[in-house]
Amino acid sequence: MRTFNRLKSSVATTVLGAALLGIFGGGEAAAQGKQLTLCWAAWDPANALVELGKDFTKQSGIEMKYEFVPWTSYADRFLNELNSHGKLCDLIIGDSQWIGGAAENKWYVKLNEFFDKEHISMDDFVPATVVGYSQWPKNSANYWALPAMADAVGWTYRKDWFSRPDIQSAFKAKYGRDLAPPKTYDELKQIAEFFQGREIDGKKVYGAYIFTERGSEGITMGVTNVLYNYGFSYDNPKKPYQMQGIVNSADAAKGLEFYKELYKCCTAPGMTNAYMQEGLDAFKSGQVAMQMNWFAFFPGLYKDPNVGGDKIGFFVNPAGPKGHFTQLGGQGISVVATSDRKDDALAYIKWFAQPAVQQKWWQIGGYSALKAVVDAPDFPKSAAFAPQFLESMGIVKDFWAEPSYAQLLLDMQKRVHDYVVADKGTAQQALDLLVKDWTKVFKEQGKEVASR
Amino acid sequence: MDKMTTILQPDHATIAGVSEPAKSRAARRVHGLSDRTIAWLFVAPTIALLLAINIFPLVWMIRLSFTSLNLSMSYLPLRFVGLDNFSDILNDEDIWFRLQTTAQFVICSVALQVVVGFGLALLINRQFRGHSFWTTIILLPMMLSPAVVGNFWTLLLQPQIGPFNYLISLFTGVPPSSFSMTGQVALAPWTIVLVDTWMWAPYVMLICLAGLRSIPDYIYEAAEVDRASAWRQFWSITLPMTVPFLMLAVLFRAIENFKMFDMVNLLTSGGPGSTTELVSITLKRAAFEKWRTGYSSALAIILFVTVFGAANIYVKALNKVKQR
Repeated sequence: MRTFNRLKSSVATTVLGAALLGIFGGGEAAAQGKQLTLCWAAWDPANALVELGKDFTKQSGIEMKYEFVPWTSYADRFLNELNSHGKLCDLIIGDSQWIGGAAENKWYVKLNEFFDKEHISMDDFVPATVVGYSQWPKNSANYWALPAMADAVGWTYRKDWFSRPDIQSAFKAKYGRDLAPPKTYDELKQIAEFFQGREIDGKKVYGAYIFTERGSEGITMGVTNVLYNYGFSYDNPKKPYQMQGIVNSADAAKGLEFYKELYKCCTAPGMTNAYMQEGLDAFKSGQVAMQMNWFAFFPGLYKDPNVGGDKIGFFVNPAGPKGHFTQLGGQGISVVATSDRKDDALAYIKWFAQPAVQQKWWQIGGYSALKAVVDAPDFPKSAAFAPQFLESMGIVKDFWAEPSYAQLLLDMQKRVHDYVVADKGTAQQALDLLVKDWTKVFKEQGKEVASR
Repeated sequence: MDKMTTILQPDHATIAGVSEPAKSRAARRVHGLSDRTIAWLFVAPTIALLLAINIFPLVWMIRLSFTSLNLSMSYLPLRFVGLDNFSDILNDEDIWFRLQTTAQFVICSVALQVVVGFGLALLINRQFRGHSFWTTIILLPMMLSPAVVGNFWTLLLQPQIGPFNYLISLFTGVPPSSFSMTGQVALAPWTIVLVDTWMWAPYVMLICLAGLRSIPDYIYEAAEVDRASAWRQFWSITLPMTVPFLMLAVLFRAIENFKMFDMVNLLTSGGPGSTTELVSITLKRAAFEKWRTGYSSALAIILFVTVFGAANIYVKALNKVKQR
């Protein structure tokens, strides 16, 4: 019985101890110095931001902690965090398409007053980035983020292969023109066909790498680069949400057919579910002549010892028969509404918006959206890909940024992948079904969707 | 009397000297807690946990399934929509396709696992040199995490660098990079069946092995006396007596495969297109990517009822087989 009593006492002591730990244990963390947590994707620019952030810590005494999540789970992870009003992130560099949901759901702090108080003007930033990353509703003076990382889809090519006399003469003999970075998608396809299966330095190479990923946003972020240039729009500019005949126009269907042709004729085998990383791998391993990818990766590629430097060239997304656009990427930096350290987070944004910091940001591998940086006379010469980046930022278009963007995106992923990779139906049928899907989503959201 | 009894004897003597009612009163007096209360104190955390992480979410999910809740648009007023979510799901052609895909996957993979697992069990049931070594090797796949399996099979099946295509090429002469096991509509469904079988056939083998080992030797000895051939022994003794175990394996694997998500998601992401999109992937996308909470709750309930109902019917059949 004594043993039993001892057991009872020790249980009671353990429970009491655990309770005391629970109550007072948190105090230790609270006693620590100031700290901010910044959430973003795990990629090259994030490493640059860590470097940059050291200056902020030096100046303010605020320690920076980072939560970087791989792109494949970035949206899932952080949207879940924001949805559940978590306190993990004080600052978040959220994707451009999140801005509608983040504003409507009040996940982000509205920054208008702060911008006015600190004399931060959105006129000082590249207009496309302000609309894309900061404003909701679009084209209204309601700001929820500071443009942090400008980005767009661009292309890299093997400059060393393009400049070989034997390859040049073979190309000219076949197509009657010089081999040069393509200006149009027809030219791009010709070049890709030319390189497809060709043996270079004893190795079989392939024409082009394009996005085909199914799970998150890959194939949509790829196909839109062609669709925009073939006449695709998300809705009627005069009648918002009117998509019938716009999304599924005959021109848009031709664009989708072209993307499939490019995928079938000129990509490496097995690229059925490939996005950013697979593209980098394909290019770095000397497998492809041309690669579609985000500008954010280009500084790293330029430094690559095997394919960088003189061997790599860059070009802007080629034009199509109906226009010249490219897919906008990039993100803005926002203060999370549930953060307990909003003032410190705003202090970080104030620091980050300074021209000197923005200049350094560009120099160490980030992409500034500040006009003072990108419009500087020496900017085009500051990096091998700077002129193409500058040109691309002038022709960007973005996907829907509605609160329901995730549904819209996944519907497009499904319809496009079904057609392009799984050979299901025709391009027209895929886009017709997409209009049906999107109409349903908008109606659920309470929007009026005109059929014509 | 052994040592243990000698040690226990003094305590026993002390207790024996106290009357039963006095003992129970003493127990109640200890810190004012009765034995029953103490028992409840120990069980309470488990019950509380069960309520918190199983029962409460289930009840909450049932409630949500009748609403329009979409977490990506939580600013919209929450509407009670009755059975709309259920009717939307049951009238959605895509969901039926996904259920068909799932059924095909479950049937093919479980059938293959039973054949391979039973075959392996028959082999392992014999004594041979290196028996333990080969048993361990065969069991290795099921000890791996599905995420690991998904990732390394993705590499193995890569058309340009993956050894799988080279192996096929060696036997068939088809160029290795001319086909993609995970990227072609005709091959992808078989690929997920193949990988799942590779991983889980050992599990079926273990269950079958338990069945085979439970057959008493004297039955085989009697059959030997009756001069029954090995084939006859298999059909008349081995198979009938392991059927309940096989059925159990089928039940476990079918339930698991109906819920299959991680491995397939890593291998194909449901692609190409929607060719390998199992209903669990659809559910995950609806719940945690599209954030259609009300809709996905209804889908989860439909799936739960389907599995639960099918499993119940199956268990009844299993019991009948056992009684025979």
